[in-house]
Amino acid sequence: MTGLLRERELSRKTFLKGGGAMIVGFSLAGAGLGAQTAKAADSPFASNGPYDQFQIDSWITINADNTASIKSGSISQGTGSTTGILMIAAEELDMDLSQVMHVQSDTNVTPDTGPKLASNTIKNAGMGVRAAAASARQALLALASAQLGVPTSSLSVSRGVVSGGGKSVTYGELLGGKLFNVRMPESWNMGPPPTVFFLGGLQPGQSPAKPVSQYKVVGTSPPEIDIQGIVTGTGVYIQNVRVPGMLHGRWVRPPGQAVYGFGAPIISVDESSIKHLPDVRIVRKGDFLGVVAPHEYDAIQAAAQLKVKWAAPPKVLPGGGDEFEAMRALDSAGKSVQTATVVGNVDGALASAAHVAGGTFGWPTNVHTPIGACCAVADVTPQGARIFSGTQGEYKTRETVASVIGLPVNKVRVTAVPMGGCYGNGMQYRDAAAAAALMSQLAGAPVRVQFMRWDEIGWDNTAPGTLMDVHAGIDAKGNIVGFDFTHFYPQYESELVEHVAMLVGKPVAPTIVSGTAAPFGIYNVANGRSLLKSLPLKGNWISADWFRHGSRIPVTFATEQVIDDLAHAAGMDPVAFRVQNVSPAARNSLLAVLDAVTRAADWQPKVAASKLSDADVVTGRGIAWYGLSGTDSATKIAAIADVSVNKKTGKVTVKHVYQAFSSGLLVYPGGVANQNDGGIVQVISRLLVEQLRMSRTNVTSSDFVSYPILRFKDSPKVTSILLQRRDVPPQGVGQEVTDVAAAAVANAFFDATGVRMRTAPMTPARVRAALKAAGAA
Amino acid sequence: MASKLKLKVNGLVHSVTASLDTPLLYVLHNELHLHGPRFGCGLAQCGACSVLLDGKEIRSCVTPVAAVSGKAITTLEGLPALWAKERGVTAASPALHPLQQAWIDVQVPHCGYCQNGMMIQAADLLSTTKNPTEEQIRTAMNGHLCRCGTYPRILTAIKQAAAVMAKGGK
Repeated sequence: MTGLLRERELSRKTFLKGGGAMIVGFSLAGAGLGAQTAKAADSPFASNGPYDQFQIDSWITINADNTASIKSGSISQGTGSTTGILMIAAEELDMDLSQVMHVQSDTNVTPDTGPKLASNTIKNAGMGVRAAAASARQALLALASAQLGVPTSSLSVSRGVVSGGGKSVTYGELLGGKLFNVRMPESWNMGPPPTVFFLGGLQPGQSPAKPVSQYKVVGTSPPEIDIQGIVTGTGVYIQNVRVPGMLHGRWVRPPGQAVYGFGAPIISVDESSIKHLPDVRIVRKGDFLGVVAPHEYDAIQAAAQLKVKWAAPPKVLPGGGDEFEAMRALDSAGKSVQTATVVGNVDGALASAAHVAGGTFGWPTNVHTPIGACCAVADVTPQGARIFSGTQGEYKTRETVASVIGLPVNKVRVTAVPMGGCYGNGMQYRDAAAAAALMSQLAGAPVRVQFMRWDEIGWDNTAPGTLMDVHAGIDAKGNIVGFDFTHFYPQYESELVEHVAMLVGKPVAPTIVSGTAAPFGIYNVANGRSLLKSLPLKGNWISADWFRHGSRIPVTFATEQVIDDLAHAAGMDPVAFRVQNVSPAARNSLLAVLDAVTRAADWQPKVAASKLSDADVVTGRGIAWYGLSGTDSATKIAAIADVSVNKKTGKVTVKHVYQAFSSGLLVYPGGVANQNDGGIVQVISRLLVEQLRMSRTNVTSSDFVSYPILRFKDSPKVTSILLQRRDVPPQGVGQEVTDVAAAAVANAFFDATGVRMRTAPMTPARVRAALKAAGAA
Repeated sequence: MASKLKLKVNGLVHSVTASLDTPLLYVLHNELHLHGPRFGCGLAQCGACSVLLDGKEIRSCVTPVAAVSGKAITTLEGLPALWAKERGVTAASPALHPLQQAWIDVQVPHCGYCQNGMMIQAADLLSTTKNPTEEQIRTAMNGHLCRCGTYPRILTAIKQAAAVMAKGGK
């Protein structure tokens, strides 16, 4: 309790000097800030990172107590990757994991390793940490050699103690509290993004990094560093950050977004409608409207009760849930931007095929909806801004906030604090930071903004719905001869979709991201066409962003069902059919995950849907797999699902999912296994129950009733099988684990019923309708 | 209209000032600085905010603070002391409740935000059902939502904690 009492006594001035806020992470990670912190202590707003990232000091500080503080830009968002980063550092430094601490990511302290998205923390930022740690070990050995009078070739290191010639010295004694001042080679590309984000640093085993065969820490499964704090309540999430003099803010906007580009134009605000809440102040800039109050519940009530007249949005959204027809209509109206990848002659191949399977598949709009609603705390003054943000990328958030409040980036200091789930929720957390900053600027006081659940669901930058027309053919021997895939997909206009910036008239330049690679790359397909029809968001669709692996989940859902249909048409076991048609370039790695998952699940070969039952409740088993590219080094996943289907009620129960996962070197297998387990459950949720509701004008889902997610009773059992590959660098984990389980379930449904479910979610009503239409119920 | 109230939280009586209709969550978080109960939805739909009220799980995000005055509130932070009391141990409290230890042993959390409510609900379950079946666990936990997908590991952890508690913590 003493900590809290002390905190109450702190003045705002003290907070601005960095002493008052609760900013430590889950572990003691925030304790050992690096050398740069001292440099900046005179200005609370200094945001001078990234420093020279070729300097070891920008990444690692050796402390006098023979510990090391690691600065990586990694973020605690539930993936365990921060633990993996520390494992890499401990490995290369020859220290124990207990001797390395992770420094909270901060634009005045830590390097810029890009936003922590697209499964890139270990894959990319890990290369930077590896390079710095390996360089640090070399530098420390040189110091030890000079001090001990022993050549470096005769020295060894264990737990940060350098020994040789009967003498020893610790890292802390050699350098504790002092700088390395050692620059790494230019060829390592250690600069800020896009270099270190994509290709900077050292791969495992790349000299001077340690040979992979000598690993002692990497590849083990210690406890995740944040979990102790999570289960005791001592860990600090962004939602728990508070600073002296802080007001609570809430964003006032209609409960569901309208078509992208419309915003939320205000006609009038009736301030008298909240006059019974005297402590509340209204803050407004352009169409951005908020309320702030000393007590959080006052702000919540005011936001709910403030009467605002909003302009009526245009009636252009696909009301009634038929978003797939809306996509086709936009394409027919000539609004799609088309990109095609073609090999051979697919039309000719399908025309002469022995059998063609396929159809139209749909995956609806989903939202991220992390349980930890987005939150940020901001103190904006004319001299500078201090921002605490649940963010995946402190430097990117700094850009967004600086633009909105009109300050230079080096006066906007952003500190990343652990967040309660993310899954790619990027624009939402940046919006929370921008909203807090703007409210603080307008109110002249520090402001904490937390999103309400309707903000999270009604204004999410959604995983847009996807429509796919897929056809593929086989010859008489069951060989795939052609694969034709057309993909209708609302484009991500990523940067524009930051709502705060849009409402105050400062939209950021757009980045258009869309589509997916040819989905049949893992098969031996001589004639293929992947046609992407991108549909512009503006004026047509609601805002969109990545949700874990973007469109790969729907794409796999569609293509793996068509593959299953071809196996059925060929009269083949679906596993044997995949083996027969696998791409030679990816054969070894794909068959490795297939072998692992079929052994774990004790797969018994048979033709799918060949043992249909007349019972009301039937069971089935299905398989699906996926590879990130058609090479053996890329990530590979294979899943087997067991389901039961109640043909009377239409309820699908996913009983068990087995998933084998191969993704190069698994630095932290324990963390990967946990991601694999959870990723399966999350995508089963999306498959069975999730669909964002819209009217013609607005999103109408706003909570967990109008946007349900999977519940405990419906959760499958999961079995994760990990394949460790020490010959391939880390390939990424967090999003790939969600790629195939939905397709395996859909194939299991077919095995149980002989009927295809080509549209998600597989709700009881939709299942009953599909069974009835097929005469199977 | 702010009123003075006495709240008994984790065995200690606190004087707080709040309007009577303020949901308990905001008093626990903002006045008592307890980080276990967390805002997830504000609608009693997800369970991230759960606490024990006289041993039964409630949603603190919709429970007016006036309704709990005089009753015993236990948050995540109070689970170790609750476990000590249940065992009749008066010496130093154990560092962790068996549920918390099981959550660590099984490595349950991803982001961890919902796990407060999961452990609170499990504590309620195990206080009345010493050796729950899988079906009983799933039913008891069904009102708590996790977005990261940790349900399977929670199931394993509750079974482990139940076994430990049945043996008196050994």
